Order: sequence, then C-alpha cells, then structure tokens
Amino acid sequence: MPRITELNVNGSRLKVSADADRSLLSVLRDDLDLTGSKYGCGEGQCGACTVLIGGVPTRSCITQVGTVASKPITTIEGIESNGRLHPLQQAMLDHDALQCGYCTSGMIMSGVALLSKNPGPGEEEVVRFMEGNICRCGTYPRIVAAITQAARQIKGGAK
Amino acid sequence: MSDERKPTDVVEIPIELERYELFAAPTYRFNVDRREFFKLFGGGIAIVFTLKSALAQESGGRERQAGESGRRGPNTSGPKEIGGWLHIGEDGAVTVFTGKVEVGQDIRTSLTQAVAEELGAPMASIKLVMGDTDLTPYDMGTFGSRTTPTMAPQLRKAAAAARELLLDLAAEQMQVDRTTLVAGDGRITNQKNKQALSYGQLTHGQKLLKQISDDVPTAPADKWKVAGQSAAKVDGRDFVTGKHKYASDIKRPGMLYGKVVRPSAFNATLVSADTKAAEALAGVTVVRDGNFIGVAAPDAAMAAQAARLIKADWQAAAQPSSRELFEYLKNHKTETQGNEGSSANARGSIADGLAAADKKLQQTYTVAYIAHAPMEPRAAVAEWTDGKLTVWTGTQRPFGVRTELAEAFHIPEARVRVIMPDTGAGYGGKHTGDAALEAARLAKATGKPVKLVWTREEEFTWAYFRPAGVIDITSGVRNDGTVTAWEFHNINSGPAGIQHKYEFANQKIVFHPAQSPLRQGSYRGLAATANHFARETHMDEMAHSLKMDPLEFRLKNLQDERQRAVLEAAAKAFGWGKLKSSADRGIGLSCGFEKGGYVATCAEVAVDRQARKVRLLRVVEAFECGAIVNPDHLKNQIEGAIVQAIGGALFEAIEFEGGKITNARFSRYRVPRFSDVPKIEVVLVDRKDLPSAGAGETPIVGLAPAVGNAIFVATGQRLRSLPLTLSEHEINGRT
Repeated sequence: MPRITELNVNGSRLKVSADADRSLLSVLRDDLDLTGSKYGCGEGQCGACTVLIGGVPTRSCITQVGTVASKPITTIEGIESNGRLHPLQQAMLDHDALQCGYCTSGMIMSGVALLSKNPGPGEEEVVRFMEGNICRCGTYPRIVAAITQAARQIKGGAK
Repeated sequence: MSDERKPTDVVEIPIELERYELFAAPTYRFNVDRREFFKLFGGGIAIVFTLKSALAQESGGRERQAGESGRRGPNTSGPKEIGGWLHIGEDGAVTVFTGKVEVGQDIRTSLTQAVAEELGAPMASIKLVMGDTDLTPYDMGTFGSRTTPTMAPQLRKAAAAARELLLDLAAEQMQVDRTTLVAGDGRITNQKNKQALSYGQLTHGQKLLKQISDDVPTAPADKWKVAGQSAAKVDGRDFVTGKHKYASDIKRPGMLYGKVVRPSAFNATLVSADTKAAEALAGVTVVRDGNFIGVAAPDAAMAAQAARLIKADWQAAAQPSSRELFEYLKNHKTETQGNEGSSANARGSIADGLAAADKKLQQTYTVAYIAHAPMEPRAAVAEWTDGKLTVWTGTQRPFGVRTELAEAFHIPEARVRVIMPDTGAGYGGKHTGDAALEAARLAKATGKPVKLVWTREEEFTWAYFRPAGVIDITSGVRNDGTVTAWEFHNINSGPAGIQHKYEFANQKIVFHPAQSPLRQGSYRGLAATANHFARETHMDEMAHSLKMDPLEFRLKNLQDERQRAVLEAAAKAFGWGKLKSSADRGIGLSCGFEKGGYVATCAEVAVDRQARKVRLLRVVEAFECGAIVNPDHLKNQIEGAIVQAIGGALFEAIEFEGGKITNARFSRYRVPRFSDVPKIEVVLVDRKDLPSAGAGETPIVGLAPAVGNAIFVATGQRLRSLPLTLSEHEINGRT
C-alpha cells in the first residue's frame, strides 16, 4: 500500500503517514486534528465532510487521501483571514443559520465554493447548489439568506 | 426593583408514557469482574458531591443506595429536576452549572439570558457548564420541552439570589443604605454618587455559600429587558469556525478506535465467533462479553477491518416486516384486562353521541416508524483512570447514561463521570448511552481511552425509532357542524397530544400499548404528531362531509381562547378564505396544543399527478408558548420543526424485514433538503401574562395534517397514512 507523507492543507505543507486508500476525512480529523470537517454518512450524501480541493467542493469522506496528495486542500479551519471571519461565516452568525451546528462546516464550505464560482447567485441557484448538504435541524431558509448576504458583502467589498 | 418581582412557579411535568427507552433494560449487562467489583466497593471512598445531598433532597429525603438516580419504571418516582448552581469567581467570572444539555435548541443562549437578566451582568460575562455529571447538579434529562418552564426559572432564582447577596456586600463595603444601590452591567452602583464596585471586587476574598429557597422573587415577563429580546447563539463563533469539539471530535492521549460487530438481526444471540484473524492484526484487541463483541485498534480503518474479519454466528427468531407492521401492532396489544390503556377526559356516552349525529364517520390512520437521524451519529470517548470511568458522549441524559454505565459495569455512580459536549442534535433520539457503554467496555479491556463513533448505518439501525402506530377514530357530527361523538384509539404510538381543546360532549380517548417489532422511544413531540395527524385529518373529513369550511368547522367546536387565537392568527396571515384552490393546488390547515404550546398550521401544496409528487409551496404557522424568551431563536425552532416535519409528512419511513433495516442510509432514507423547503411564515403570539413553555417540540405536530388536508383539496384523495403517498391507482383514476 502506497503511503502518503505530506498534504497541502490550508496553505501549509503538513506531514502525515497514511495509507493512500484511507479517506481524506479520517486523515484530516484523526491524524491532523482538523476536526471541523464532520462525518455524517460516509457515502457523500450529507455534505457534513465537505472540503475544497483546488477550490472544488469535495466530499472528503469518500475521497481517498492518495488522490489529493498533491492538491491544495481547504477546510473550515482555513477560511478565516487574519482572524477575520469569512463573510459567509459572519453571515451564518448574523442569520443564526445553525442550531446544533454539526452541518455548519460543510454548509459553509459548499457555500464558499458557490460564491467563488458565482458571486451573485439567485435563490434558486443557491438551493440547487446546496442540495447535497443536509441540515436535520431545518435551518435551510436561514442558510440561503446567509449565502445571499455574504454574496452581497463580497460584491460590495470588491468594489 | 424587588416589588416588581414575584416567585415564579415551577411547573411539574410528568414523564410521558411513550418514552419507552427510559424504562427499558440496558443494552448490555457485562459479566461481573468480581475482583474489581469488590476492590471498588471495598476500598473506595465515597466522593460526596453536593449532588448527593441535592439528590436526597429532591427525592423527598428518601435515602437511596449509593449511586442510584436514573432509570426507573414509569410508576416509580425518579428524582426531579432541580435548580442549577451559580458561581461568581474572585475575578467576577460567572459560571452557571446545569445538568441540562445543548443539542441545538439554543438553551445555552436562553438560559444565559435568564441569568444575565436577574444578575445584572452582561451575557458575555456568563459561562454555562452543562451536562457534566461531576460538575453540575443532577438533572433527569433534556427532553419534554422542560428547560424553559423548569430550568430557566430556577437559574433566574439563583441569579436573583446572587444579585441580592452582592447588594448586601456592596452596602457593607460602601457603608451605605442598600436601597441606594442598583445592580447592572456586572457592578453594583450607588445611585447617589455613582460610585461602583464590580462583581469581582465584591467577591474578592469571600467564601460565602448560600442556600436558596424556592421563593426568591424574579422579574415578571413584562419587565424583562434581556430575555424577551433576540440574542444570537452565545458561542456561535465556535461553530462557524469548526472549533467546537463535539463528542466525536474528542481525542485523548493514546486513544484507540472502537468498532462493534453488530448482530445479524434484532434480538439475535451470539452463538459463536471466530476472532483469530482479527486478533492477529497488530495492536487489535477483541472483546467478547455476553452478546457484545467489539474491537479496539490504533486507527479507525484498522478497527473496521478487524471487525470485518470476525466471523460471528448469530441466532435470531423470525420477525415481522414493515409490510405487515400495522396488522402486527393491532394483534399485539400488551394491555391486560382491566388495564386497557389511559382513557383520560372521557365524557358522556359515545352511543348517545352517535345517536344524536346526522353523519357518522369511522376511519383508521397509521404512522410509520421514523428515525431521528441527527447529523452527529452516536459517539463516545471512554477512559478508565484508577477505576474511575470518564465518558464524553452526546446524550440528552448524561445522568441517565451515568446510571447505565454504573449498572453495566457494576460500579457506583460516584465512579462514573459523563461529560456531554454540546451535541450534533438529538430530537429525542439520544436518551440512551449505547455508544458510551460500548466505548467504555472496549476501554476497560484495553486499558486505553477508546473512541467509538457509530456509522450512519448503525445510527439508522441500532438507535431507537419514533413509534409506529394505528389510530382508529369513530365520530358523529350534526349538520350544523357540532361534533356529538369522538372515540379515539391509539395503538402503540403513544398518548402525547392525544387530548385536544375541542368541545366534544361525548368522547372516549384511549391509548393502547402494543408490542413493538422495533426498538422505539422518544422523538421530537413524541406521539403528538401521530395524534394530531389523525385527529386533524378526521376533523377535515367531517368538515368536508358537511361541505363546511374546515376553519369554520373547527372554530364552531372550539371555545378555548388560546387555541382559537393561534388558529385565527395563522388563518389570517395565510389568507384563508381568500385563497382559492385550483386544479392540483390545495390548501389545508390544522391546530392543536401540547406541552404548554398552542399551534396552528396552514399549508399550500402543488401536486404533480404524473410524477405522484407533492410539493409544499407555502406554510404559515402560528405558535404561542406563553411569554417569549428569545423571539429569533423561537422562530428558528419553529421553522426547523416545520422543515423536519416535511420528512415525516412526505417521505420518511423505516423499512425492515427479518430483523434488519433495509433503508439504513441517506441515499435510501430521504430527509428534507434545501429544495423541499416552502416559503415559511411564522406568526409568534407573545403572552407576557403566561409562563414561558418550551418550544422545541410542539411546532412539529401541525404540518402533516395540514399538508394531507391540502392534498385532499388538490386531488380528492384522502391520505390517512404517514408518510403521505399518493396512490397511483386513485390518481390515475382521476386524470
């Protein structure tokens, strides 16, 4: 079994020692103590484990670590900049778009991916893009509102 | 200030009968390790926490055996909830200790509001320690929407007493008349000269303990300044940054990963197991104890591999399947003669009522088993140190889990500590300590901390379910809309929400317990969803049989002012009476009450006959639960309950056969997603003159009947089973 010895996570090269067929999620959580990404289903159906691989939202629970060894990985721990929350993190707080919070990391990572692809998504596009993320507490309308607010802020800030 | 305050009544709320999981035997009873057993009991010292005396106090002074506090039968009185503790450090830091736990219902925030209000301290200066059995007073659990009506008043009293003590200290230190002093913003201020002492200055160098009585006056709701306002989740930042540590995120030095080998079917017995291949793996320990077989390994992948290598032979009896579920329940009532379930609020005579009716109706309604499916599956980290067990686990009953662990390992509760980090939801599904027991058993065998996280499939299979049920209703109604007879029988799903506020002259309402093919237990709102579904669907059927407007029909039979108020508020906001149903579009409504909350729900649906699909377009729900504590979080709970209710209304159902769940994953068990959410409008009815009731549960009960009633208007098809599924035959017959 080939071993993976290094990962590029949140802009840092981190030493690991993991079989290439292990899930990226387990390496992030168990080996690197980056526990913000969550296990929710293990079959890519709930989105709680979502991370960005080269900017693309990816279900880390069904991604073998060997396939992403050379790619930039971004997790929830890596989207603050200089201690400032990402606009979507702030918008989630502003809209109280969470209850138990277990899906929140995955929601934010999917939302960040959407906003980087389309800085001004309409409500329908948000819903379509986020369909793979489950929130059992049912805060979906607030998450949509948060993503919409973050989009406005990012646009405003870019001007 | 104090003249505005009055003692807050603490409402005594009984535990509902259908919390089956609280009365069931533990999942495992491990064999006694005699040596250790005696070592622990003989040589141990009793660590007497204040908890011990509190326990004696709350159980009416009855001495209990060391360490008994949790699981008791429905007829025995377990300890009741008691107040929390409050501590102000010499630096002015305020710490509140409560056995209640946070599972997303945002009580960490609402309880902080209550304390901030009475103490006169900023919310940010207050920290809550919740659900740690070594640190917090005993609490029977976070369920039944009890925190707001029972714990918040207690913490208010503790905070008010602390404030009074601080005022005493300040009067002494400043050498002034106490009446010139006011508490606020974390300090006591002399109103005359504006001289102020912070709480930290006042508590510095003190060692004062005060026992409080129940009659400490607290602020009435119409004087609230902190409560009654929206406040953001107090530790929200930890969640949006991924920093919060759930039980499944805890890591301990030298920790191993556990995995349980699951039985081939429910109630199967382990006959034999070949564990050689698993044991040959480096660092793997296999534990077999009675019906329990599990492994611990240095990493999770290895634990899973080891578990797969174990060849276990299980023996299981034949079991019913979901196809024959309702027949099975009807044929397996467990009540004995003379003890035919609860028939509270019986009135008049059904025979007389039916004789006086112009129309009679008899219908049967069913609800499926559904799963809680919290996003965080059950998880635990267990660690034994010097014969003492510490477990971090997501549970709504940390003290109940402590009892389970003490019983399973035959040790006193004083040697068990359960710590409950704020958890990835429960919805009534995390009352038991299954994962905690499993992790603790593996940790005991290996002498190392063990983490055990259930897979989604395990969560779907080995947790317990919301009870399925069969409900029979016989009714009689006069042409003017007066209901003359109401006979209601609920088999198995439970008695919660079985009562109503309608003025029925003749009624009989009975709950019949039955033998459940699956392990069942509490769920958000318990059977109130089933009972409201049946009742409010049947009310709709009566209204339509008389060609009466369903709203008018309900109001005709209702005098209860609170029930009428929410019904009228929802109907008004929805535009009931102005909205016209059209082909394939329908509107429906429902109302009810439970756990001190009053709810009315209106729904508009669109039906795609070809695809046999129902789409919710709009939901308006009015809710009243007394004085509102945090309007935005209340709204969040109601919206969330509506969204969660969509699953039970339209697609969630556990399927099983041969003692196995056949749809135990999100790809086969459909839960509501973004695209299922309609436009939701919440109407909050604030009653500052009434004590606050909880709101985590009751907002879920109204959606299913409102949707079913709307589907009937859209299609002419009356659906009497949850989940509501359009029948191909009838739909095609109409197209």
